[in-house]
Amino acid sequence: MDMPRPDETILARRSAIVARLRAVLPADAVIDDPAETLAYECDALSAYRCPPLAAILPRTTAEVAAALAVCHSEGVPVVPRGSGTSLAGGALPTADSVILGIARMNRVLEVDYDNRFIRVEAGRTNLSVTGAVEADGFFYAPDPSSQLACAIAGNIAMNSGGAHCLKYGVTTNNLLGVTLVTMAGEVLEIGGAHMDAGGLDLLGVVCGSEGQLGVVTEATLRILPKPEGARPVLIGFDSNEVAGACVADIIKAGVLPVAIEFMDRPCIRACEDFAHAGYPDCEALLIVEVEGSEAEIDEQLGLIRQIAMRHDPVEFRESGSEEEAKKIWLGRKSAFGAMGQINDYMCLDGTIPVSALPLVLRRIGEMSAEFGLGVANVFHAGDGNMHPLILYDANTPGDLERCEALGAEILKLCVEVGGCLTGEHGVGIEKRDLMAVQYTSADMEAQMRVKDVFDPAWLLNPAKVFPLALSAGRRAG
Amino acid sequence: MRIFSEGDLAEAVRGAAGPLRIRGGGTRDVGRPVTGAVLDVSGLSGIGLYEPGALTIVAGAGTPLVEVEAALAAEGQRLAFEPADWRGLLGRGGEPTLGGMVAANVSGPRRVQAGACRDALLGVRFVDGTGAVVKSGGRVMKNVTGYDLVKLMAGSWGTLGVLTEVALKVLPAPESVAVLVLEGLDDGAALAAITAALGSPYDVTGAAHGASGTLIRIEGFAQSVTYRGERLAALLSRFGAVRIEADAPVCRDLWRGVREVAAFQAVPGDVWRLSVRPSEAPGLVARAGARAVLYDWGGGLVWLLMPEGEDLRARLGLFSGHATLVRASAETRARIAPFHPEPAPLAAISAGLRARFDPRGILNPGLMG
Repeated sequence: MDMPRPDETILARRSAIVARLRAVLPADAVIDDPAETLAYECDALSAYRCPPLAAILPRTTAEVAAALAVCHSEGVPVVPRGSGTSLAGGALPTADSVILGIARMNRVLEVDYDNRFIRVEAGRTNLSVTGAVEADGFFYAPDPSSQLACAIAGNIAMNSGGAHCLKYGVTTNNLLGVTLVTMAGEVLEIGGAHMDAGGLDLLGVVCGSEGQLGVVTEATLRILPKPEGARPVLIGFDSNEVAGACVADIIKAGVLPVAIEFMDRPCIRACEDFAHAGYPDCEALLIVEVEGSEAEIDEQLGLIRQIAMRHDPVEFRESGSEEEAKKIWLGRKSAFGAMGQINDYMCLDGTIPVSALPLVLRRIGEMSAEFGLGVANVFHAGDGNMHPLILYDANTPGDLERCEALGAEILKLCVEVGGCLTGEHGVGIEKRDLMAVQYTSADMEAQMRVKDVFDPAWLLNPAKVFPLALSAGRRAG
Repeated sequence: MRIFSEGDLAEAVRGAAGPLRIRGGGTRDVGRPVTGAVLDVSGLSGIGLYEPGALTIVAGAGTPLVEVEAALAAEGQRLAFEPADWRGLLGRGGEPTLGGMVAANVSGPRRVQAGACRDALLGVRFVDGTGAVVKSGGRVMKNVTGYDLVKLMAGSWGTLGVLTEVALKVLPAPESVAVLVLEGLDDGAALAAITAALGSPYDVTGAAHGASGTLIRIEGFAQSVTYRGERLAALLSRFGAVRIEADAPVCRDLWRGVREVAAFQAVPGDVWRLSVRPSEAPGLVARAGARAVLYDWGGGLVWLLMPEGEDLRARLGLFSGHATLVRASAETRARIAPFHPEPAPLAAISAGLRARFDPRGILNPGLMG
């Protein structure tokens, strides 16, 4: 993974830059001791590390603005950071950059049930947004699997999804407004508690811009009344094709489950060994969850059972109690932990058209054999968002490179069949050099023009999203 | 000039000597009047891909909306955001197209539950002002690869690029529908009833208040609609008598009336659209002094019938949200900004984006102000 050479003139001015940051921030908000900046050297893509020049932890939008103005005038790159849970290296520093951590800004600012929104500081964790409203029967819908730790700021940067987005959409569909601080230190209010933009949809392009257009310090989020109840079923099949066909039939029948999760045999086995959820030993497993009152759930599950039976499942397991429902989810929810137990792994998240599922799974199986690396598949089947987990050994020289090469091949396949490189994790540094597989130069040029407008000096979150060669002229300028 | 291929379009834009008025079906004469040569893209028509099992449709921007809706209906699916036909409201002919719908980000009453047109938009292809062909997004439901220019194009009224193809997420059409009708409520009580319904777990897919009363819609499987209808009726009984309308054609007509703002059709006056937080809507309406009012989106969208040639914003004063002048004479639309003026820093960003996507300023120049 290439990163640009750090700017020597910035490194040489390190103490002067830190002094200027200290002048506008409280003493405990500026970290420059190398022993402490080490904590910010990577995010959840931990194969890549680089300690930053310094890290700052502001507590207010005004502090963020003041610090950005300093960095802007010094020409210092800034890497915004939520909770550091990016799997794509979205918060990886460069040696000449300042990490701007938003974690201390985690307050709830306003809860409005009549207008169904909550306004929070963007460092607040995803799950604690729901936590602030659930006692009153509401929730915040996007639920990335890192929701216990990940920050709303990061969710907005990556336009995060989750298991339940088939019904509720992803972050961009649940985001009403942001307070955005530009690299120049200007504070912008985009959107608000009302719906849709009066002019160009700037909020729409800020969401998912990977922290490259501005630093989001506050967010207005749509909250929804909780459904009366939810219940999963587990359906086992002896082939991936049949499981895929069953997913398509459920959707065509007019049922809109809140989640349809798919696991293949390697994943089922690993989860079973790890979590002992009592999963059947089969080729493919679906977990389908529906919502509503007891009677509504019964009606939908009855229909799903009818459809599943036409596909001759090896198992159709309903949950008669909260306990049994938990057990159905147990294996799926421990999938990543189970994989971590076996080996190091890399988690991809390409999306494919649901119809291409059998072909893609077969090809992944073949590639896995070719590269000599195991791949387990667990993913959101309703929306085609795959999560192939490639197992490798970080201590074996060459294994990481082989794993990355296999990952690249799988993502190219996703694009080839009509899908995309990343469904919810973002491009970061991880998929930066694959962007040309999906986009032409003209496509990327159009995207880069947006950054030109928001951050003309290209100082925010450098070296992410776009291939380095393509952004070189702009970053140098 | 009528265009039949993306390549021809790119060439036409590259070779344009002056401003272009982009036209799909020509049904939405909205915004500042634009002078320039007409660029008719209705020839970019046809459904390229429709996968009901993947809930996805891809079609040329000039494809008539009726053609798309018919194809979806044949598979028991639909565009969930309920695109509205404004021909009656604006007194126009023509045939609404998919590209026009996206360029205007037109969403009907189900906006409140299913999201806007922009939320269902998965991908776009367009020709920018330099004549370059650009794509963003794709045809899959989850896609965070690169910046989301898809959202930026939705509602940009052809000022950043000329759409050539759009991909949309579709959803199953429900088996059954019912509408709870409350009559005689004043605006405050109606909004309170609507708010109670939307705050309930009964999955309301439409909430409006106007000449036909206070309307609350639920959709889904038959038994579920019956159940939720009963629960909602009980919940709303404190606001007055609740009638449950379960006749499908009657329900359809009620919501067509809301979607197409039937009450303002062929009635003289300017038409404004307000997007605000619902609790602030009745207060703003009181200040507006409108001839007629229709609340949609649970009160988040307010249609106002106003005296001709008056600037509603001057009456409202400062508020959070935006007011758009949808229907007025060309003279009025030249004098009063149809799109809500943005605060200076945002206006600078919008202007910067336009300057980069359309450096010569030839795509519907000035339409959005």
